[in-house]
Amino acid sequence: RMKYSSRLRIRRVYAWRGRHSSFNRKLKIYDYHSLAISVEGLPRITIINIGQHILIESEDEDNPYVAKVVRLFGDESGKQKKATVQWFVRVSEVPPNKLKQLGREPHPQEIFFYQGRSCDDEVNAESILRPVQHVDGAAPFPDDGDRDALYVKLSWDSKNFQMVDSDLMDSAAAPPSSGPACRALPTPDPAVMRRVASGEVRYSRATASAGKPCHAAEAESLHSATKLSASKCLSARRRNTTARTPGVRKKLALCSPEKKSMSRDDVLDQLLDEDLESEVMLAQRLSSSPPHTLTLTHRLTPLRKPRMKPSTVIINRLQISEMDSPPSSIRVDDSTRILKDESTSLRLGLVSVSLFRAEVDHEDSPMLPVTTPRSSKRKSACLSSSRIRKQLNLEEQQDVDSDADDVDSDADDADEFLPSKKELQSSSEEEEEEEESVLDSEEVVNQRESFFLYHHLKSVFFFLFGQITPGTPRTPRRATPSIPSRSLPARQPANVLEEARTRLHVSAVPESLPCREQEFQDIYSFVESKVMDGTGGCMYISGVPGTGKTATVHEVMRCLQHAADEDEIPPFQFIEINGMKMTDPHQAYVQILQKLTGQKATADHAAALLEKRFSNPAPRKESTVLLVDELDLLWTRKQNVMYNLFDWPTRRHARLVVLTIANTMDLPERIMINRVASRLGLTRMSFQPYSFKQLQQIITSRLNKVKAFEEDALQLVSRKVAALSGDARRCLDICRRATEICEHSAADRSATGLVAMSHVMEALNEMFSSAYINAIKCASVQEQLLLRAIIAEFRRLGLEEATFQQVFVQHQALCRVEGLQPISVSEGLAVCQRLGACRILLLEPSRLGVLQRVRLNVSQDDVVFALKAD
Amino acid sequence: MSKRKVKDDHMPVGECITQVQEVFRERFCCQKLPEQPEGVESQHKHLLELLKRTAVHGESNSVLIVGPRGAGKTMLLKCVLRDLLEEKEVEKNLLQVHLNGLLQTDDRIALKEITRQLNLENVVGDKVFGSFAETLGFLLEALKKGDRSSSRPVLFVLDEFDLFAHHKNQTLLYNLFDVSQSAQAPIAVVGVTCRLDVLELLEKRVKSRFSHRQIHLLSSLTFPQYAERVRTQLSLPDDFPDDKFAQDWNASVKNLCEDKSVEEVLQRHFNSSKDYRMMHMLLMLCLSRVSVAKPNIKPADVLEASKMCFTDAKANMLHGLSILELCLVIAMKHLNDVYEGEPFNLQMVHNEFKKFLHRKSSSMYNFEQPVIMKAFEHLQQLELIRPVDSSSAKTQREYQLMRLMLDHSQIMEALQKYPQCPTDVKQWAMSAFG
Repeated sequence: RMKYSSRLRIRRVYAWRGRHSSFNRKLKIYDYHSLAISVEGLPRITIINIGQHILIESEDEDNPYVAKVVRLFGDESGKQKKATVQWFVRVSEVPPNKLKQLGREPHPQEIFFYQGRSCDDEVNAESILRPVQHVDGAAPFPDDGDRDALYVKLSWDSKNFQMVDSDLMDSAAAPPSSGPACRALPTPDPAVMRRVASGEVRYSRATASAGKPCHAAEAESLHSATKLSASKCLSARRRNTTARTPGVRKKLALCSPEKKSMSRDDVLDQLLDEDLESEVMLAQRLSSSPPHTLTLTHRLTPLRKPRMKPSTVIINRLQISEMDSPPSSIRVDDSTRILKDESTSLRLGLVSVSLFRAEVDHEDSPMLPVTTPRSSKRKSACLSSSRIRKQLNLEEQQDVDSDADDVDSDADDADEFLPSKKELQSSSEEEEEEEESVLDSEEVVNQRESFFLYHHLKSVFFFLFGQITPGTPRTPRRATPSIPSRSLPARQPANVLEEARTRLHVSAVPESLPCREQEFQDIYSFVESKVMDGTGGCMYISGVPGTGKTATVHEVMRCLQHAADEDEIPPFQFIEINGMKMTDPHQAYVQILQKLTGQKATADHAAALLEKRFSNPAPRKESTVLLVDELDLLWTRKQNVMYNLFDWPTRRHARLVVLTIANTMDLPERIMINRVASRLGLTRMSFQPYSFKQLQQIITSRLNKVKAFEEDALQLVSRKVAALSGDARRCLDICRRATEICEHSAADRSATGLVAMSHVMEALNEMFSSAYINAIKCASVQEQLLLRAIIAEFRRLGLEEATFQQVFVQHQALCRVEGLQPISVSEGLAVCQRLGACRILLLEPSRLGVLQRVRLNVSQDDVVFALKAD
Repeated sequence: MSKRKVKDDHMPVGECITQVQEVFRERFCCQKLPEQPEGVESQHKHLLELLKRTAVHGESNSVLIVGPRGAGKTMLLKCVLRDLLEEKEVEKNLLQVHLNGLLQTDDRIALKEITRQLNLENVVGDKVFGSFAETLGFLLEALKKGDRSSSRPVLFVLDEFDLFAHHKNQTLLYNLFDVSQSAQAPIAVVGVTCRLDVLELLEKRVKSRFSHRQIHLLSSLTFPQYAERVRTQLSLPDDFPDDKFAQDWNASVKNLCEDKSVEEVLQRHFNSSKDYRMMHMLLMLCLSRVSVAKPNIKPADVLEASKMCFTDAKANMLHGLSILELCLVIAMKHLNDVYEGEPFNLQMVHNEFKKFLHRKSSSMYNFEQPVIMKAFEHLQQLELIRPVDSSSAKTQREYQLMRLMLDHSQIMEALQKYPQCPTDVKQWAMSAFG
């Protein structure tokens, strides 16, 4: 990582190499074959050719963009140097929610062939950093360490992943001269392709067209040699391995590829020979199984709830029964090729064998007659297997990861397999990080790396045996617990009224929002235009509660998302925050960052990261639509949260659309200081309370021809609510309550079964009538007497307030008039407190005793009315 | 065999009394739930059906139970929960979270308590949540992931609901009501409060999300019902081990309730409040007078207990004062009469006291200023007087303005009962002007 950043500080000189190949007169541009990059003060020159993969500067120094050079060209003066590229997307650039489609943990070194359209494919040649090694389709991921090679397996069109289309890749990358593209690989199995496309296969086998010619040649020979015994294949492959370029070996010798000597190769050879026996058996087993076993054995086990499924490894026994089935050429080819590519990390394979055996032992099933070649190894394998068994039940992924490292070193003591210092460091970093709740972005990367190691182990399982489902990786950091699911299913509505009640529940999402067509249209066109243009903007939406603000915005977003899926508009990302759902306004940054990138950070750090993200130019960026609900709660004294939210969209490269929602229309004028209000702009929209016609329409559309209400009843509800607040929620709640009342009364006498006026009236009374009058009517004699005393005292004083002492004198007098025994001061205070607790009276704190002042919380007329009616 | 039977029928009186006290203690102090809640049948039905719909159909709901203190709100809720959990289908599914506004005084504590009661803290290992924000996000995520038909319904009971409305931004209430109004895990929010104006406490967006269902518990109890309830509360159940004793007891209770003086006492209590807890307190005091020698409740016991309930707390405190302190209180009373409740200070009180001594000081003589001061401070400690403003540091003690916290009637009552009160002091107190 440091490599890149240090280079960035160096000045580089770019020059065309050789003469231009062609000249376009109209545009006055010259095409070139290659570009030379030299660093000032250093003799070395880096050469970029067409067809090469390169790294391009990005705002994230650690993860420069990856692309393939398609064309190099410049103008006459030679000042402007441009390149046309085919983009590749890094894992970190794919939105986290889309990564789920991948169905597995992506390799940090994995890149995706980018097929989206929203990125400009012309870049300034001076942003090119250096070439990068890239490996196409076939090669499995290395265990770790080799940071320079990037792996392309799938393509990404900003919506879903697909197998890399070789034609497309060719056409996009077609260099003018004949490239090194000779593909002699067997054509991909269409069935597998289909499965891959639908995201079924988690670890894609090497079915895609591969890039490297040497692979192809080997594959060819192996393909023809299907009839040979697997052991021969393997030994032939082994010979290949030892004789092959150190480039592949580099994956194995993690720490020092340069220092690699022949002696190490010998050690490996020896190891391989010793292990050959077991490997051969495995290979035989694999080769004798028909290709479709793979499909059968794919049982995807979601591991979201790690507690419930502690073991991530599932062994399918189907394989045994089908061991004798006729061999298939494709299968042999695939598995052997995998083995070949994997051969350098054969040691890992061994580890997985031991892991596998551990599982077999654990499951007590007579599975594979695997023989471990060396007794010492066996011992360590046993040791590690028991540990693994233990570890697999563990919650924390990191533990497993670090233990996987241990397994490496345990299972084989050849020192070249020890994890590099960097690995160890990163794992120790993780332990530290556990204590901190906040992650540094750098540490996130580290975590991912070693996290991957574990997954890679699992992938090796898969390649070797095709039996183990890696499943969805467990990610404890994002582990979100859920309410446990019910043991018995929820009952479905049984009659018309129940059906109506379900439909009328506020939570029921309607197919469309009636009565908000205009608002919908306005918001839709606003967001659509911003997304289309790739610009940013703010919109302020106001309206009293229950007028459909949030619902309308969600609806708009659903439609736009659909449009984006249909390729009508460029893809965009929608995120949502709610001022009420955070504990502090500054948490807004944290939530936005987490939803955008999945990173966790402290508020300050998150603010800095977001600032960087929205202010720096980036060649490829999707628009972001941010919904800020309950905006008024993001108010701080300095208003910096609001300021930032409205300032980011105005940045040139932000491509951010901010929709804000609050209740009051004049919020910008009331609480925002000028510079904030100014940035919010004048795009305002206000949702008027629903009129009674609209409310009626809402209910009717929700009921959707379920006949449960009389027409008059509906009208009464909507008129009443429209007069009170125009809150649709209230309207729906009243209707729901009315159905309940109807249900009760229907039990008494056989009425029409429809909700009538009387039921609605009852519901309305329940919800809106004040309880004070009833409460006073139901109060005890002394309480009523005290209220009378209070009114008498108020009239005497001509004020609306009196001390208890004054009231009490009146009370004593009233007691005598009523012929009741006068009560003591303590009792009088107790009576007073009881009325105060119900808030019929408003009282000062009770420690003031007789001196506390008393006030009525109800109008005097109401009290008099309630007392008279008695 | 026969011997044993005889023993069963007639336990020794002492044992019976112990049994009786056990039965009633459970009834009055442990708030044992009645078989069937009385007088609140319709509310019971409403709440039961509401919660059943949440538990069975996964329909989210919110409701408030409102009623004055001692009206039986919690009793109603507990009865409903008891009846609800009798159903197997409900018992297996329903999760419960009980919060109390007096315990969970802010949202941070409330959220921690919710996660604890839902057993969600275990899901991410033994990790203790760091920040408030994390806990909130965590819980919301958990609720959001559920849906109507597959998640277990959660019942949130918020006792002293009005206190939750005072939490900052009403974050907890907003989120609970928001969940109950959106397609997330099914929850039922039941608030219990005694404030009739509770809806006015809710912020408008919180209020909009609340379903506005309110169950009012207002007892329209009449006196005959009240007396009947006293009788049933004092009656022994049928399954009391000693039949004979139970019959005797129940008969004596019936007689007791028909007694004129007892009826009068009960009427007075009924007039004062319809709170069941007050009644239970009275009955508990009666019960504590039952002994082996007197194995039933006599009307005199009820009268005594009632007297105990109605004694004036402040007047009782006056009995413990010294003569000097009492004299100072009387002086204050006269000052109050003269200046119509205007505050006074130590000097004024001392002058008033000196005037009294000057006029007729047969039994009393003057005290030193420090002694008067000490007596004055003692009165302040007992909160019989309190300073007008809290800024006591500014003014000298002698000149700090005070108010008397007693009513005249309390002073006169205390003087009547004060042991060996000098007659001239009594006369001074009763005279119109000092």
